[in-house]
Amino acid sequence: MPFVEAVWLALAQIRVQKLKSFFTLLGVCIGVMFLIAVISIVQGMSSYMENEFAAKLLGVNTFTLRRFPWFGDGAGSEEEWRAWLRRPRVYHSDLALVQSVLPPGSRVAVESQDFLQAQTQFARPKQVEGHAVDGDYFTIKKYDINRGRAFTTQESTLGVPVVVIGDEVAKYFFPDLDPIGRPLRIKGTPYTVIGVLEKQGSVFGLSLDRVAIAPYNSPMHHFTNPRGDVDGIMVQTPTSLLLTEAMESVREVMRGRRHLRPGQPDNFFMETSESALAFMDKLKKVMTMAGTAFPAIGLIVGGLVIMNIMLVAVAERTREIGIRKSLGARKRDIMRQFLVEAATLSTLGAIIGILLGITIAKVIEWKTPLPAAIAPWSIVMATLLGTVVGIISGVYPAKRAAALDPIEALRKE
Amino acid sequence: MMHTDEIPLSTTAERQAVAAETGTAPEKDWVIVTRGLKRDYDMGGEVVHALRGVDIAIRRNEYVAIMGPSGSGKSTLMNLIGCLDTPNAGEYWLAGELVSDKDEDELARVRNREIGFVFQTFNLLPRATALHNVELPLVYAGVSADERKKRATEALERVQLGDRVHHKPNELSGGQRQRVAIARALVNQPAILLADEPTGNLDSTTSEEIMRVFEGLAEQGQTVIMVTHEPDIAAHARRVIVLRDGLISSDDKRATFIKSAGIAPPDLSKK
Repeated sequence: MPFVEAVWLALAQIRVQKLKSFFTLLGVCIGVMFLIAVISIVQGMSSYMENEFAAKLLGVNTFTLRRFPWFGDGAGSEEEWRAWLRRPRVYHSDLALVQSVLPPGSRVAVESQDFLQAQTQFARPKQVEGHAVDGDYFTIKKYDINRGRAFTTQESTLGVPVVVIGDEVAKYFFPDLDPIGRPLRIKGTPYTVIGVLEKQGSVFGLSLDRVAIAPYNSPMHHFTNPRGDVDGIMVQTPTSLLLTEAMESVREVMRGRRHLRPGQPDNFFMETSESALAFMDKLKKVMTMAGTAFPAIGLIVGGLVIMNIMLVAVAERTREIGIRKSLGARKRDIMRQFLVEAATLSTLGAIIGILLGITIAKVIEWKTPLPAAIAPWSIVMATLLGTVVGIISGVYPAKRAAALDPIEALRKE
Repeated sequence: MMHTDEIPLSTTAERQAVAAETGTAPEKDWVIVTRGLKRDYDMGGEVVHALRGVDIAIRRNEYVAIMGPSGSGKSTLMNLIGCLDTPNAGEYWLAGELVSDKDEDELARVRNREIGFVFQTFNLLPRATALHNVELPLVYAGVSADERKKRATEALERVQLGDRVHHKPNELSGGQRQRVAIARALVNQPAILLADEPTGNLDSTTSEEIMRVFEGLAEQGQTVIMVTHEPDIAAHARRVIVLRDGLISSDDKRATFIKSAGIAPPDLSKK
């Protein structure tokens, strides 16, 4: 019997026994549903981390020279953490050295940040994220200025108290006003607002629009890092290939500057989006493992249910099998009929499960800050998984059906 | 009206000659030849000899009834002729092929191509339409969907059910169901039509109707073999083989059978 024929037969069988078929495929359906939902959320989180988090906070083809990593799963132990704190700080004076070894076309910027109290006559004082920066900070961070402008090299060098503020800062401190040209007091010092950033949105519910960015040489850096150090020196290279090269050169000169002997570990850290995402990968693995264990149980139970129902079906349809055999069905025809039926049932369950799983993922995305990305491969995999579960659970019942003696089968009432 | 004269029966001498040539393929004209056919059953340690050496030779176009009381071995013989079972000893030649030593899959193919079954209980698939039921043998023969539909429709028209193709078995009368079964049996143009108590579940009027269908098929040249325990039904065939205790006790023309059984000759007039 041709394959298509067998599928039609299976679908007809399912249609005749709707309720029974529904319960039969419930197990597979639920298993696949959770599988799709979990994979979608894990995928969503990781692509979110890669696209939003890594790009927004760390930048593309960028590394940041720091005392120790900022993003990631932190120090492994108390000792490690204390060792990190004993490391020398990164200073603004390191900038010239770093800059001297970078490949042509690279951009650099220093960054020094902290939460600082700000106020205007229009609003009550509030904390803003103060950033004292210089160099190509705006380019590296891909900040677009919505209104006004970024500060000039001259303003940067001279440390003129000007500030570029985030969308939320502008709205809070200058309600219904044009902030450009107005003063914003940060830690008592008045800064002239010269630009407002394009709205950045948020990462994991943390707003990226609460920033106030001033030139490094302005008074701000006394408040963000009073010891004269910086939080990081950001470097962006034109290509990812040059990034590795630049990191090697910077490592070399920094080790030289700090008189590290060969064999001694680095006492600084160069954070890239990959190093930050390495931690995300760990998280992803754990979540995927935990998240697929439950659906796997569902699929196994689903498979057992299908096997059981198929055994009942073989018993109920013994006479039909006898008729088919008397008309010329071979063992393999009967075998195929029941295998295809089990596989069709199970695949149907998987398809319904996929639809429900996508729905769940979408609802979670809608109701929580967790994003969801439906991976096409997970849909293909879930469908195949459904088919495979059906085939595996159908083998035994199908074999029993195929082995029936036609005379006995025809005699059965 | 004597139909027996129109289609010649094989003679006893011819049959004996064919049955004696053990190991050689009979001429193509002999649709069924069995030589020393034996079948034993193991019934819980006790061996029952259902067939003890049966020699049968049936020529193309013959209309034969196999008669016998229950326990005579006629069901066993019917299963063997229908290739649903294999003998313990002896040869069975069907349409020039030695089927007694074929394996299961080859037997399935023989059932599909050479045998058309008509059962006492009709054995139609209850949820399938008449058309689909008739299509079934063609499905297993690997015939394309369009061709199947065409041939199944033709077969149903042959049994005057052209207007019932989309009815399911429970929407048809007993006689109509049996005619669907006959259409299904004929759809693959088998060498033999093998009917097992075809009127066992039908009232006498409907039985006559089915017997007229068989008569018509025999006239068109279809080889028909009918297994029954009712002498009145057997008397419709042109030749009657009577089994007793696993052996052939008689193999006669209809007229001889009617006389020896002491029954009224059937009404073979067409209505």
